[in-house]
Amino acid sequence: LWVEDDVDELIIGGVTVHSRLITGSGKYHDDRIIPEVLAAAECDIITVALRRIDFNRPSESILNNIPKGKILLPNTSGARTAEEAIRSARLSRAMGCGNWIKIEVINDQKYLLPDNSETIQATEVLAKEGFIVLPYMYPDLIAARRMVEAGAAAIMPLGAPIGTNRGLLTKDFIAMLIEEIDLPVIVDAGIGRPSHAAAAMEMGAAAVLLNTAIATSDDPVAMARAFKLAVQAGRTAYCAGCAAESSEAHASSPLTGFLDN
Amino acid sequence: MTATIMLNGKSISPDAAKTIGQLLGEHAIDPSHVVVEVNRALVSRENFDRFPIRDGDVIEVLRFVGGG
Repeated sequence: LWVEDDVDELIIGGVTVHSRLITGSGKYHDDRIIPEVLAAAECDIITVALRRIDFNRPSESILNNIPKGKILLPNTSGARTAEEAIRSARLSRAMGCGNWIKIEVINDQKYLLPDNSETIQATEVLAKEGFIVLPYMYPDLIAARRMVEAGAAAIMPLGAPIGTNRGLLTKDFIAMLIEEIDLPVIVDAGIGRPSHAAAAMEMGAAAVLLNTAIATSDDPVAMARAFKLAVQAGRTAYCAGCAAESSEAHASSPLTGFLDN
Repeated sequence: MTATIMLNGKSISPDAAKTIGQLLGEHAIDPSHVVVEVNRALVSRENFDRFPIRDGDVIEVLRFVGGG
């Protein structure tokens, strides 16, 4: 199963991407650092959000800090229903930066858990309208199957609630999706450390999406590099096939030819 | 008569703007970085300069910001 790095490509909605690390653009202390972060992460896809302009204090568009050539993945954050997500997605596409959309429908304010049912409905409508739809979801196999039927281009289960940095709390359920779903499974949310990202990739995740872990670290550029390396290490390990676990010890050195006492 | 509109959730009376293009211009907003909805209908960017603002319009002007 060994695959050389240069041919191990990820295809989402018919588009080939080289990097398996997707990053968000939120929470940076200063957005002007984003180009340097993206360069260190070597990522192809970056998420953005759609919001009202404050006419009293119009701020710079985030687009000024995103280098040309990146795939923009707008999210529908703020949507509480399928209808609101669909409206947000159509507005985002009208911006003229492509037809990718991360569906995010959240109506739980404490844990920010996605509403799978509303997400399935929005996926169906938007996929029919020609969007490349990446639904953010709670890792439920049955809901994931519905999202595949609805026309999703990938499935994005959460590892842990958004911004918690707690890693793969839902690991066993993500493993079921990787096993059963014939689309890229991208672990989104909760990844707080490079070791979490490596673990997700070792399991066979197609990619990881993270924001807080890089943006709120002491040195976002260095952390972006650390995540790039972790994702590459985890992916390479998955392709190489991790050795089996055992409850008993198995000596690595020969058990013959010892010195006599 | 001065038009009163709901702009991003706030009731305002534009100084002189008669079109979406002029409204953005009054606030020095780059039209290439925004999308505009009037009464829930999308206004395409090439129509900003001739799309009239009418009394009672509900206008949303949005742009991309950092997000995850």
